[in-house]
Amino acid sequence: MASVGKILRRTFLIGSAAIVGGVAFGAYYVSRPAANPLKPGEGQAALNPFVLIDQNGVTLFAPRAEMGQGVKTTWAALIAEELDVDLDQITVLHGPAAAAYYNSALMGESLPNKGYDISDFQHNLGEALGVLGKALSLQVTGGSTSMKDGFERMRQAGASARETLKQAAADRLGVDRSALKTASGHVIAPNGDQIPYTELATDVAKLEPIEAPLRDPSEWRYLGQTQPRLDMVEKATGTAEFGVDVRLPGMKFAAVRMNPKLGGAMNGFDDSTAQSMPGVEKIVDLGTGVAVIANNTWLANQAVEAIDVDWGDAPYPPDTDGIFAKIAEAFDDAPNSTMRDDGDVDVTPEGATEITAEYRLPYLAHATMEPMNATALYTGGALELWCGNQAPTLIRFRVANTAGLDTEAVQIHTTYLGGGFGRRGELDFGEIATKVAMAMPGTPVQTTWSREEDMRHDYFRPGAIARMRGAVQDGKAVLIDGKVAAQSCTQQAVTRYTGMPGAGPDKVLVEGFFNQPYAVPNYRMSGHIAKLDVPVGFWRSVGNSHNGFFHETFMDEMAHAAGQDPLEFRLELMRSEHAPSAGCLEAVKEMSGWTGKTPDGVGRGVAFTYSFGTPVAQVIEVVDEDGTIRINKAWIACDMGLALDPENVKAQMFGGMMYGLSAACYGEITFADGEVEQFNFPDYDALRMHTAPQVEVRVLETNRHMGGAGEPGTPPSMPALGNALFDLTGERARTLPLIDQFNLLV
Amino acid sequence: MATALKINGKQHQVDLPDDVPLLWALRDEVGLTGTKFGCGVAACGACTVHIDGEAVRSCQVTLSDVWGDVTTIEGIGSPDAMNALQQAWVEHQVAQCGYCQSGQIMQAAALLAENPAPSDAEIDEAMQGNLCRCGTYPRIRAAIHDAAGKLKEA
Repeated sequence: MASVGKILRRTFLIGSAAIVGGVAFGAYYVSRPAANPLKPGEGQAALNPFVLIDQNGVTLFAPRAEMGQGVKTTWAALIAEELDVDLDQITVLHGPAAAAYYNSALMGESLPNKGYDISDFQHNLGEALGVLGKALSLQVTGGSTSMKDGFERMRQAGASARETLKQAAADRLGVDRSALKTASGHVIAPNGDQIPYTELATDVAKLEPIEAPLRDPSEWRYLGQTQPRLDMVEKATGTAEFGVDVRLPGMKFAAVRMNPKLGGAMNGFDDSTAQSMPGVEKIVDLGTGVAVIANNTWLANQAVEAIDVDWGDAPYPPDTDGIFAKIAEAFDDAPNSTMRDDGDVDVTPEGATEITAEYRLPYLAHATMEPMNATALYTGGALELWCGNQAPTLIRFRVANTAGLDTEAVQIHTTYLGGGFGRRGELDFGEIATKVAMAMPGTPVQTTWSREEDMRHDYFRPGAIARMRGAVQDGKAVLIDGKVAAQSCTQQAVTRYTGMPGAGPDKVLVEGFFNQPYAVPNYRMSGHIAKLDVPVGFWRSVGNSHNGFFHETFMDEMAHAAGQDPLEFRLELMRSEHAPSAGCLEAVKEMSGWTGKTPDGVGRGVAFTYSFGTPVAQVIEVVDEDGTIRINKAWIACDMGLALDPENVKAQMFGGMMYGLSAACYGEITFADGEVEQFNFPDYDALRMHTAPQVEVRVLETNRHMGGAGEPGTPPSMPALGNALFDLTGERARTLPLIDQFNLLV
Repeated sequence: MATALKINGKQHQVDLPDDVPLLWALRDEVGLTGTKFGCGVAACGACTVHIDGEAVRSCQVTLSDVWGDVTTIEGIGSPDAMNALQQAWVEHQVAQCGYCQSGQIMQAAALLAENPAPSDAEIDEAMQGNLCRCGTYPRIRAAIHDAAGKLKEA
């Protein structure tokens, strides 16, 4: 990875050069096509990195992991749209970890603009910088980027494949390519004869791929329409294979225990009891933890729990109060970034009413339904790893290092993910499974974490504090001065992934904070990085997950201070700034029949967050039932521009909202004696059937650029609920989880 | 130490200590991986199976305590022959990550066997032990109502 720094230094050259139309060396370098990872065999034609046609049919190698967001189906629809095959004729597989699957959109998100005000110039620059994703070999499912990334490339792949197939048929029939048509996986000759694509595969392999223009959206048959998800039957019948379901001949099962004082050393252990326990085959010293290999996961777990370990201390303050004191200290230092600084916030305008508030949000676990796991087979010269993961190229690099192998000697098999939410972009589970399997060469070993191990060894959503100062005058916000302090998950992750220290302004820390589409004349938003070594990472919507709450709770407080309806107060500031955002607020206003008034025993709150290119507004209604508060209803409106699969977008929107509401109501990771105090779902619950609201979603399509779907539903849910509780009770939620302050239904 | 179990109509001999929970015999010994491990403490419902038709958390039933015939998600339907609930799940596009859905369907199947036309409140009551981190609850509810309606017609 030593070359990463060199490539990064070329960043500006590449972007600028591409924009002025020049071709710099760097641009050539990063634009060079990646080697085709599919390596077609005899009788197969790999037309591009994404689709393979052979005698058995059409196979799509989806470069993104299916973790519930429906990406598998939508990627297939993108390619089918141009290739003229029926969706159910396509076999979809996760692509191998390969450099060709670079995630260009993810790098584009790093630009220091607000996003919603992106001009065409900046948009193009973002696209140009996108080639960096390729340079860094980022094959990452995250940042709600899959559709933005795949939209052009997948259709181009399909169009090119179609025209090249037609050329092969034209050569065979001795006619011009333009005389041929395609439908349902066949080339159709002028006389009506049909040649299946599968028959042309061998001929196509000899041709250079043909570039073809994309079809006009008016001709689309799949895109923009809801498609039945290709993974649904498997998931309804228990036949979908998740990481934990991998079964290989002669496989053994392992359990693991790492230091609960996260990042601390292991001073020693006594495994005398565990040695003789049933099913135990081997005890493995991992250096910073222990594992037991057995003939059954449960027996392995019983034995690993019976090992007496002497754990070293954690490299951070031992309890929650000490940790938050360190976070608060970050306010004393100069800000890491001030990405918005409009007008003059130092002077409160004459005659305006000033308000201040401090908010504090806890660390959070991802708590995917499928605990972390991976299966590894180490044979001395090679390694195979099976797991659900969000970053196969990164995990391959890491486990190759762990095993002392070249990356070429490592094969990654990506299964379905039993939830990702950012957790499966980390590399620890793959690394641990590799170390365990290396203790038993030639035998596949599946290492599964207990729920407790999973909950207590996360890369947590950072705890965060915000200090807000604002001013209202004549019913409007005239000043917002916000500061957020938290650990930087970006900097920590860069260090984790590359071994190099992360540095520079961290946009992720302040996303959802500095880039909200409100026309407030004096507006400054700063981020302060807390220096702490609690492991932190990317939790669904990342910085937006805390900043959405800070910004939108404060908006509500300002609206009340200004004597305005909180929805109208926002609309007033938004209409002139970003019409698609205002459109979302208008939509939830209409859907919920918002009047600003609620009957006794009912409370309503509104919130809005622009994140991942998608504005989302939510109204949440709570009801008081004999002193117990239940979340009754939710209305969501989003505008991601083109929605490729509207029903799937709706599912992502309400799913993202439920994930946020779960955290808002019950989610909190706390520390004592350096250890996480939550062990399992009873300590870290989520919404359930009886506590989840009814929900209505509207998908708008006016935005000029395509936004994400998987994450933007999460940020506004938390403040919308807090604001609804204020409406119901008159009590303001300035900290989460809400269960500590309100008598919520459990 | 072998325990005799009847699973999905087939007889199995499971050679594990008799304090091993049924879940881990199903998954690691018999190879029926449709039943999922989620929490190990009966707090999430991912491991729900039927014993003599009753929905139970298989992570809490030791091999020595299995009192009847076991049915897992693989036993109520298959991709080529889905039962009414599985069809409704597909029709309503319920699953997202899909990990909890085996347990959800097994719980819902036990509910419908006992109560062919459950109200929303009865669905709340029966399904609240089954966690879904993707938040698919609205579609689960709709699918249960739909399957109930179809079973009534049949």
